[in-house]
Amino acid sequence: MKISLGPVLYFWSADKLREFYREIAGSSVDIVYLGETICSKRRSLTLAEWIEIGEELQSAGKEVVLSTLALLEAESELKSLKRICNNGKFMVEANDMAAVQILSSQSIPFVVGHSINLYNQRTISVLAKHSMRRWVAPVELSKYTIKELHQSKPEGVESELFVWGRIPLSYAARCYTARHYDLPKDECQYKCIEDPDGILLETKENEEFLTINGIQTQSAQSCNLLPHLEDIADIGIDIVRISPQSSATLSIIELFNRARSNQISIDERIVAAKPFLHYGGVDGYWMGKAGMKREI
Amino acid sequence: MELVCPAGNLPSLKAAVDNGADAVYMGFKDDTNARHFAGLNFTEKNIGQAVEYVHQKGARIFTAINTFPQPEGWRRWTDAVDRAAEAGVDAVILADIGLLDYAAERWPDLHLHLSVQGSATNYESLKFMYENFGIRRAVIPRVLSAPQVRHLTEQTPVPLELFGFGSLCVMVEGRCLLSSYVTGRSPNTYGACSPASHVEWVDLENGKMETRLGGLLVDRYEAGENAGYPTICKGRFEVQGKQGYAIEEPTSLNTLELLPEMMDMGIAAIKIEGRQRSPAYVAQVTQIWRSAIDACAKDPQTFQVKDEWNRELGKVAEGAQTTLGAYHRSWQ
Repeated sequence: MKISLGPVLYFWSADKLREFYREIAGSSVDIVYLGETICSKRRSLTLAEWIEIGEELQSAGKEVVLSTLALLEAESELKSLKRICNNGKFMVEANDMAAVQILSSQSIPFVVGHSINLYNQRTISVLAKHSMRRWVAPVELSKYTIKELHQSKPEGVESELFVWGRIPLSYAARCYTARHYDLPKDECQYKCIEDPDGILLETKENEEFLTINGIQTQSAQSCNLLPHLEDIADIGIDIVRISPQSSATLSIIELFNRARSNQISIDERIVAAKPFLHYGGVDGYWMGKAGMKREI
Repeated sequence: MELVCPAGNLPSLKAAVDNGADAVYMGFKDDTNARHFAGLNFTEKNIGQAVEYVHQKGARIFTAINTFPQPEGWRRWTDAVDRAAEAGVDAVILADIGLLDYAAERWPDLHLHLSVQGSATNYESLKFMYENFGIRRAVIPRVLSAPQVRHLTEQTPVPLELFGFGSLCVMVEGRCLLSSYVTGRSPNTYGACSPASHVEWVDLENGKMETRLGGLLVDRYEAGENAGYPTICKGRFEVQGKQGYAIEEPTSLNTLELLPEMMDMGIAAIKIEGRQRSPAYVAQVTQIWRSAIDACAKDPQTFQVKDEWNRELGKVAEGAQTTLGAYHRSWQ
C-alpha cells in the first residue's frame, strides 16, 4: 500500500510551501500531489515553480502528480488548466470534467480526483477507456461500495482513498472567506492566507461543524481512517491519501507509515492520532453512515 | 426560448401545461431523481397518462434520472431510463457518466440532457458530454455570472438551459455533500437534500424555536421570526464570534430582469425549480414566466419586468425574497 499526500487545499505563502515540500521530500510518502485546486486567484507559485518543486521531490524518489482546479468558470482558468495538462513531465489529476476532456482527447493518462463523481463500475470503465489510470474514491462512498468498485475495476487502474484530513464537502461561486470578512470576492485582499487551515464554522450552540476555505467548504472534523487500515489493505486499495494541514503533517505521515507495516496496534493508533485531530476524527462515510459520525 | 416547468405529480403537471409551459420535467417515485420526497413523483402506471396529457397539449415532457447510482442500485437506474424511453418521453435528464453511456448505447434515438447535477460549468466539460454521449442540452449550475454564461454559449455547440426561478442552490450542484455529511443522505446518493426524516422543529420557551438536521442545530429563532426549512447552506452559524448566514440567506433565485440578455445569448430554455411545491405554485409561476417570455420575445428592447410579476413571485419565494444569485457578480 502506497501513501500519497494530497494537494495543499489552503492558501499558503511561497516560502511556507517550499519549506513544507522540503520536509516532505524526506518523509515516507510515495506520491505527492502538487498545485492549486481551490481558487485561481491564489498564485503563490507559478506552474514553472510547481514543476521545480516536483523535480526536487522526484529526485527524492517521490512520484509527482500535478493537481488541478475543481471549479472552472473563466476562460483564463481553462487556459491555465491546458498548460498544466500539457506539462509533458508529470501525470495530472483531473478534478473537473474539463481536465478529463483535455487529457483524454490527447490520450494522456491521468488520475481522476475525488470531486468527480465516480459512483459505479460503468462510469469507471468509461473513464478507463479514456486513459484514466487511477481514481480517487468520492469521499461520501462507503467501504462496501468502494470494495465493489475496486474489485471490479478494469486492469491497469489504481484505487486511491482519502484517509486523513478535513473532508472537502462543497464548492461554490461565492467565496465564504471573503463573505466572512465582508469583502467582495473580486477584492478579497487574499484574506485566506491568514488562515492556513481555513476558518472554523460552529453552530449557535458552539458545536464545531465546518471549515470555510475560500469557495470550498470542508468538515471541521478530520477524516481519520488510521484505525481501519487493515480493512483498507484487505480490500486491496492501492494508495491512501493524507490531506496536508499546517502543522504535524509529517507526524501523521509517519503514523500511517508505521501502521501500514503493522508496527502499532489499533488502540495505539487511536491515542497517537488524537493530538493531530483538532475537533476529533470521523469515519462515518467509510462505515456507510453520515460523514460526521465516528464509529471507532 | 422554451419554458420548462416542474411536475411533482399529475396535478402540477396539468397546472404547468395548462398555464403555458412548453415542457415539463418529472421523476419516478424513488431515489433515481433529485426530488425523492414522500408523496411526489410518478409511477410506472401514471407516466403513460402524463406523457399523453402533455403531448395532447403540444408540449414536451422530460424525465429526470439525475442521481448517481452505486453498484447495488444500478439496475433501478437503468430500469428508470428504459421505463422513460418506453413511455415515449421527449428526453431524459441525466448526470451520471455511466448512465449517460448506458442510455446512449441502449436508446440511441432518445434525447439526453445533462442535468445540473452533472456539474458542467465550462465548455470543455460540455465537450466531453457532447462528443461521448451526444447530449442535446445541458442545464448549467447556478454558479456562473451572466458574462460567463454568454461566453459559454459562444464556445459550445450544446444548447443551454438556465434556472430562472426557485429555491437557490449556492453550491455547485452534484458536488455538495453538506446534507450527506450530517444525515448520510445527499442529493447525489439519495435524491434529497435535508431529508424530512432527519428534520426536527423544536418549540422552546417564550415562543422561540429551533430547527435541527440529524440533531445538528441549523438555526434558532426568536418569537415571531419565520423559521425556514433547515437546509445547511441557509442556516445561521457562528464564525470567529460573528453570528449570521455564513453561507446564504434563505432566498430564491429570480432572473426575470435578465430575460432580454438571456434571449440575446440564445439560451435554449429557462427552468423553473420546484417539483416539491404545490400545483398552485406551479400554475402561478408558470403563468408569470409565460407572460414575461412572450412579452420579451415580442419586443426585447422595451421589455420591462412588471412590478406585479415580482410581487407575486416574491410571495412564493423562499424567505419571501429573491436574488439574481451568481449571475450578478457582486453576489459572489
